[in-house]
Amino acid sequence: MPTVIFPGRYDSLAKIADLVKKATQEFGLDRLAAYGVETAVDEACSNIIEHAYGGEGKGEIEFNYRIKDDFLIITLQDTGASFNPKSVPKPKINVPLKQRQETGLGLYFMHQWMDEVNYVTAGKTNILTLIKRKG
Amino acid sequence: MVIEHTELKRCDVINIKGRIDSATAPKLAEVVNEIVEAGRFRIVFDMDGVDFISSAGLRVLIGTQKTCKRYNRGEVALAAVPETIMASLELAGFTPLFKIFKDGVSAVGNF
Repeated sequence: MPTVIFPGRYDSLAKIADLVKKATQEFGLDRLAAYGVETAVDEACSNIIEHAYGGEGKGEIEFNYRIKDDFLIITLQDTGASFNPKSVPKPKINVPLKQRQETGLGLYFMHQWMDEVNYVTAGKTNILTLIKRKG
Repeated sequence: MVIEHTELKRCDVINIKGRIDSATAPKLAEVVNEIVEAGRFRIVFDMDGVDFISSAGLRVLIGTQKTCKRYNRGEVALAAVPETIMASLELAGFTPLFKIFKDGVSAVGNF
């Protein structure tokens, strides 16, 4: 599919989700797996707006997907600040309520729902690739 | 997202429909704030019509639970959680932190 460009605003998230649903349907994922992909993409785009751009209306998100054999490959590109995914601590899942941190879940969800998460920076562009394997 | 808030004698019910994401979670947090600022700390989130919840929405749930449970003054209960939303709650490790009921009526009956 051609690349679709969305303004880096939170109200783009629902429109991006519509494209993701189209992609997962075309790819033939079951409802739960499709929901997982929708979650991973939503978290990625929210992180781009909040962390890479530091707020709404500062830049764009380029969305693209392709299906190759048993793989659905989604790419998201932005021109905001890059980050080191390894610097984000894993959330503590099995702790009592008082010790629960309210951040760090986004990246964790991406890794849990997708088979592969790749992040590279090329020049001024950050490229996140999310891959889901069928079956 | 559409939010319907009903104030009952023993608790408040927030009925949510649609997507809870970074765009809409602040609106949900606002409704919750009005309730707790009125000194009411027993809240049911009826999730029957929720299509999607991201970590931004989950942060509102956990933040509300922390506020309500402080000083043992109340608690948040979840009702009618769809299967997909439940999968996210489980992945986040949230299921032990909330009482979860099959429908709104049983959740209200808990209070």
